[in-house]
Amino acid sequence: MTISREDIEKVALLARIRVDDKQVSELEKDLGNILNLVDQLQNANTENTEPMAHPLDAVQRLRADEVTETDQREAFQAIAPATEAGLYLVPKVID
Amino acid sequence: MQWDVVIGLEIHVQLATNTKIFSGSSTAYGAEPNTQANAVDLAMPGTLPVPNEQAFRYAVMFGLAIDAEIGRRSVFERKNYFYPDLPKGYQTTQLEQPIVGPGHVEIDLPDGSTKTIRIHHAHLEEDAGKSLHEAFFDEHGHGMSGIDLNRAGTPLIEVVTEPDMRNAEEAVAFAKKLHSLVTSLGICDGDMSQGSMRFDVNISLKPKGQDELGTRTETKNLNSFRFMEQAIAHEVERQMDILEDGGEIVQETRLYNGDRDESRSMRTKEEANDYRYFPCPDLLPVEIDDSFIEDCRSRLPELPDARKARFKEQFGLNDYDASLLSGDAKLASFFEEVAARGKDAKLAANWILGEFSARLNAEDKSIADSPITGAQLGDLIVRIADDSVSSAGAKKVFEALWAGENDNVDAIIDAKGLKQVSDTGALEKLVDEVLAGMPDQIQQYQEADDKKRKKLMGGFMGPLMKASKGQGNPKLFTEILKKKLEG
Amino acid sequence: MHNKTVAELSRDLAAGEVSSVELTQHFLDRIKQEDSKYNSFITVCEDEALAEARQADALRSQGSATPWTGVPFAHKDIFCTNGVRTTCASKMLENFVPPYDASVTANFRAAGAVCLGKTNMDEFAMGSSNETSYFGAVTNPWGHNRVPGGSSGGSAAAVAARLTPAATATDTGGSIRQPAALCGITGLKPTYGRVSRYGMIAFASSLDQGGTMARSAEDNAMMLNVMAGHDPKDSTSLDRAVPDYTATLNEPLKGLKVGLPKEYFTDQLSPAMEQTIRNAIAEYEKLGATVQEVSLPNANLAIAAYYVIAPAEASANLSRFDGVRYGYRCDDPKDLMDLYTRTRGEGFGAEVKRRIMVGTYALSAGYFDAYYLKALKVRRLIQQDFVNALKEVDVLMSPTCPSPAFAKGEKANDPVTMYLEDIFTIAVNLAGLPALSLPAGLVDGLPVGLQIIGDYFSEARLLNAAHQYQQVTDWHQRTPE
Repeated sequence: MTISREDIEKVALLARIRVDDKQVSELEKDLGNILNLVDQLQNANTENTEPMAHPLDAVQRLRADEVTETDQREAFQAIAPATEAGLYLVPKVID
Repeated sequence: MQWDVVIGLEIHVQLATNTKIFSGSSTAYGAEPNTQANAVDLAMPGTLPVPNEQAFRYAVMFGLAIDAEIGRRSVFERKNYFYPDLPKGYQTTQLEQPIVGPGHVEIDLPDGSTKTIRIHHAHLEEDAGKSLHEAFFDEHGHGMSGIDLNRAGTPLIEVVTEPDMRNAEEAVAFAKKLHSLVTSLGICDGDMSQGSMRFDVNISLKPKGQDELGTRTETKNLNSFRFMEQAIAHEVERQMDILEDGGEIVQETRLYNGDRDESRSMRTKEEANDYRYFPCPDLLPVEIDDSFIEDCRSRLPELPDARKARFKEQFGLNDYDASLLSGDAKLASFFEEVAARGKDAKLAANWILGEFSARLNAEDKSIADSPITGAQLGDLIVRIADDSVSSAGAKKVFEALWAGENDNVDAIIDAKGLKQVSDTGALEKLVDEVLAGMPDQIQQYQEADDKKRKKLMGGFMGPLMKASKGQGNPKLFTEILKKKLEG
Repeated sequence: MHNKTVAELSRDLAAGEVSSVELTQHFLDRIKQEDSKYNSFITVCEDEALAEARQADALRSQGSATPWTGVPFAHKDIFCTNGVRTTCASKMLENFVPPYDASVTANFRAAGAVCLGKTNMDEFAMGSSNETSYFGAVTNPWGHNRVPGGSSGGSAAAVAARLTPAATATDTGGSIRQPAALCGITGLKPTYGRVSRYGMIAFASSLDQGGTMARSAEDNAMMLNVMAGHDPKDSTSLDRAVPDYTATLNEPLKGLKVGLPKEYFTDQLSPAMEQTIRNAIAEYEKLGATVQEVSLPNANLAIAAYYVIAPAEASANLSRFDGVRYGYRCDDPKDLMDLYTRTRGEGFGAEVKRRIMVGTYALSAGYFDAYYLKALKVRRLIQQDFVNALKEVDVLMSPTCPSPAFAKGEKANDPVTMYLEDIFTIAVNLAGLPALSLPAGLVDGLPVGLQIIGDYFSEARLLNAAHQYQQVTDWHQRTPE
């Protein structure tokens, strides 16, 4: 399995990670090697095998619908990069 | 060319839980920005979701109400995309194993027929926060948006229909029916102005009779029935124009501006959407067992269809009135209260659907805000029915109740002198007195034919009502007059 | 004083032979004097630690103490600590001071333990050499220019260098066991779900597990007593009774059935490594254990499955680092896309970016079935191998890693070679089983770790087996200097 520069650029965009040309070249090589490693999977016979997303066959417990949280905006916004009027600021959102 | 319109809906229904789907933060509407966003809602590092039982209960109740299969093993997936109102960078939702499987809803159409709309499925997911486009600026003078995450994590069920609707009327009828259903179930407050229900409409056109569906567009986030109706009309027209000019429809998401009756394509994303769904490893599969389902079933209130049938049966209402009164849970219970107190259900229905509804609409009030209680309106119905007050007088009583002048119907009737006199002896005496002064008119009446007599009758009623200070029962006056004049 | 174990220090504190303030000051001084050689701490909490020590001494004098009251320890810098910077060794969180505690942090606080500081690690726990840390590599106390292993390299080095008697750690593919082996200490990765993950910054949610690092098995048992248990804030933590892990340490090992997975004893091992491990196993036979060969037929697929599943989960887990609510934010973003791509491009290191991108790729349209779904199926095959093997035997034993500590820089530029470092540890995470590593000898003057893998929730048995070995050997007491 090889991965192209275009693939790297597409994945970087999906992951919202800026990469320069030099990094794309490095990633092309590294990701190619990693994908070669994981391609061993294709040799496994997994017919009739159920996928296993969790190590334990446990079932989700549910929480009672009771308010347990209080307003801690001040503490949380003290560590935020940019806030105003209680809002988190980001470059203009255009729908 | 003739076109068939094909419409499917996706409806986001906010569940009326106290807390968020994955955290113990309040979901109350209208709090100061970010005061109801805790560590989990803000996706602080290391925090984990813990699902809210009530959200599952409400979803199962919805499933039972639409006669759907309940997903016994329900799994959450992560839907990955970046947006500032989505703190984790993924939405926790359901894709492969939703909580509610296929079901159906019956809608009433204006021509009196009914139609079945199939529900593909309904799944549980979390709502996003809100972006506020106020004028904020950073230190470089760049315009900024403000993010409020109070809504982030509010539980939703997303109801997805099959493309079973053929015009805006059917789509709106379905939307109203769904609204009626979820408010009757008590699982959603139904407040569209606060975004409690939001509609995405998928529309495509195909040449009449053709089986194959055309390319569809999705118009997102319509939050009123009126906008939905307008948006559908607008989009159908837009697509028809393109197709008739030989053009092709682009599959895209559109935004409709109701104030301007315009729509536009949402900014094309810089890459094709690739949400990379995969099972959320922070959550285990939820197993819904028989006892949970039976518990949900026992909580089901009377649903709109059953209520309508009962209103027709129990109160003798016609189909139209029964349909209107049973649709909204609050209106239905108000009606039942008025009818129980007022005895005359048909009269109660007329007043509620007439004067009362008109007044609420005019003042943009909901039933909860009504200054008149069901008991008061019931008392008024009693007085109308027993002829204690004329219909004109009853309107005056209604006004006084609405304005809060007094809270007692009989006290208002007394204070305003609206009590109708129905004592035949007293009325007969008044008729004799008035007629004694109108010999010419009597002669005119007696020489007239039936048609003219009807008109001339009004000439006597005026002086009679005046003589009785408006309190004489007009029906009795008419009877007495006829007897005296026609011998 | 710094050569004593947690158990010994706890007894000394209880006997009033030393105060927590004296003890804490001693370790703080050692960190100040020695850690420039190792770089094992990212943050030292001098003031907070001394305040906690004074409080612990007060509690001791009131007679309301737990075995941990006043005992110093350190947290891997992946556990959120209220009011103390928590970086995950990333530029992304360089100045992140959480206003909340991880559940593990809260448990140690409640037990009265004194947190000396936050230990270095591979960035976001992604690495096997501690070379991916934004705060610099860690040096293995056993040899200059050797790596301590990773990702919990700072915790392992700090314990090995006697800068702290114990440290918390996490293990996603070997991140406790491999550095424990390379630094000559004892480390336990519990059963998945045994220790709460709340407030432990996520790498791969279905594989991450918090665990323990100390010199002796007994100290690991004391740590697990504090850490284990159901947490309502972590849906994947298990509601299952927590035994006193120290209570069964002295059970005899007679009749213990030990399985040796033949796939873990191949020519990947140097003769010296293999001999060291065989010697340790011979010691177990002397203690009454019986040994047989077992097979894990799909073991060779573990690395491949892991390097799909872990990056896939990580790619989503690390999306929250977007420069909006906390953490690093790029300077003067010109629009939203710029904010995201530069914040993440500048805030994450090379290995983290590689893994996010591998995971993004594996989940993307067209590759999901071939990579992600296939890996989940292979994961089940691997788990079934263990279940079958553990029907025949009580525990499995193997080397923890193929070789002793390697030189810094030796594997840093070749991700795939680095990934193979976890070849014996990674399958355990896929299966969710508990496993520990204990010092079992030296090769070329560097420690070698023996891995013991047990059935689900068999932590007590693993600790018992390690403790019995440590009663008859002294590898765990060897010091680097």
